Amino acid sequence: MYDPTVARLTYRGLLGRRRALILGALPVLLIVISLAVRGFTGADDQVAADVLGGFALATMVPIIGVIAGTGAIGPEIDDGSVVYLLAKPVKRPTIIFTKLIVAIAVTMAFSAIPTFLAGMILNGNGQQIAVAYTVAALVASIAYAALFLLLGTITRHAVVFGLVYALVWEALFGTLVSGARTLSVQQWALAVAHEVTGGDLVTSDVGLTTGAVLLIAVTVAATWFAGQKLRTLTLAGEE
Amino acid sequence: MTTLTIDHVSRWFGNVVAVNDITMTIGPGVTGLLGPNGAGKSTLINMMGGFLAPSTGSVTLDGRPTWRNEQIYKQIGIVPEREAMYDFLTGREFVVANAELHGLGKKAAQKALATVEMEYAQDRKISTYSKGMRQRVKMASALVHNPSLLLLDEPFNGMDPRQRMQLMDLLRRMGDEGRTVLFSSHILEEVEQLASHIEVIVAGRHAASGDFRRIRRLMTDRPHRYLVRSSDDRALAAALIADPSTSGIEVDLQEGALRIQAVDFGRFTALLPRVARDHGIRLLTVSPSDESLESVFSYLVAA
Repeated sequence: MYDPTVARLTYRGLLGRRRALILGALPVLLIVISLAVRGFTGADDQVAADVLGGFALATMVPIIGVIAGTGAIGPEIDDGSVVYLLAKPVKRPTIIFTKLIVAIAVTMAFSAIPTFLAGMILNGNGQQIAVAYTVAALVASIAYAALFLLLGTITRHAVVFGLVYALVWEALFGTLVSGARTLSVQQWALAVAHEVTGGDLVTSDVGLTTGAVLLIAVTVAATWFAGQKLRTLTLAGEE
Repeated sequence: MTTLTIDHVSRWFGNVVAVNDITMTIGPGVTGLLGPNGAGKSTLINMMGGFLAPSTGSVTLDGRPTWRNEQIYKQIGIVPEREAMYDFLTGREFVVANAELHGLGKKAAQKALATVEMEYAQDRKISTYSKGMRQRVKMASALVHNPSLLLLDEPFNGMDPRQRMQLMDLLRRMGDEGRTVLFSSHILEEVEQLASHIEVIVAGRHAASGDFRRIRRLMTDRPHRYLVRSSDDRALAAALIADPSTSGIEVDLQEGALRIQAVDFGRFTALLPRVARDHGIRLLTVSPSDESLESVFSYLVAA
């Protein structure tokens, strides 16, 4: 199911100079913000939860998920170089699964690690806030990577759609319409984080069972569908 | 021995028919797929390579369908027309990756790089390669698993004459070894130099098939149209129409020229200057008015 050559090509493509810069920018920003907040207000649990919940989990994780998830396959389909993977006796679901693993790993590395560091800076993991949001970032990374990888296989405008989902749906609608919150990767991840740490500072609008089931369902369904999509991917001529 | 069979294949995109009921069999040796730009060559090659489903009909390789069948790639090597090819890798890394995806190792990659004579630049990034170098590395990636069928989409595009000759030699060798090699081109001379067998497609339809000499003759024997201006158009017209090589002449008053239709190309080209000299007429303009490849091809379709 996992092909090391496909993984190597995907890593090298994803961590190429320009994309690595974009991937690195938000985590650096998070750390800078955390340092500033800590410097101005001192260690405050509520402020720490606000920064990690409002910026790290609500904005940074989905955006990194979009860049890594769509970037793991989108550019190859776009420029046609995916033909070198497809013209091989390698099962298409293997290609998707491998790319998913890479996208998850990259999303986790660029979102969960800085989230943990930021949490430590903000309040030294008081009330387990750093750990809780790190767990949420790890869990969300999986679903985001799967979702945006699928998006990368079905549309050329995957980044745009991904950002619209991440920023408009999760961030904006999520705060205005309560129903939207049930269908939000962020809330599912928070449900898991809440369970791991307990406490009142990390809460979710959905229960653990609902959150966990939806997380797994979305990840599996998106991966399966992306595999099917790749099996019938049409490389139309340029005529 | 590998045979690719295209059986009543059509492919449309929405309302546009790109390939229209084509049937052909591609056997061992070098076959040229000839047609003007936009004729449907790439669409056909994509269907041959299993990257596009035929709307109707079937494409099979030794009886096995090419669509949704990853296992056929053990036998097929593909050189796509598009340029993009993991530009952040070196040539060697790229070919090694292609070998690994076939379950092969560095040795196979090295051999393929040697075959296309790219060892000298194998450690440079692909992004620094010229078009011809890219083409050769693509070729190496397609040859790495020793395929019995090689599909090349416009492989000579953008190559300089020397690179072109090298690639032609290589493809000829592949064909002589008993591989089935199919390449597409919109340039007749290219196809003529390399392919023993030609398939012509025009506007999505199979226009001609067979030996290149026959097709060449079909192309030369068609009626040719010329636009001629001279010091005495009417006298020239009268003299030319007397010869059977000319089937029609129109005096175009607006253009101030003659529009001549010649049926016997060889005879007409000898006749025109002779007649002009004999009658003391000066030829001011002689230009073929339908020499574009498209018109040559569309004549073939009608034939």
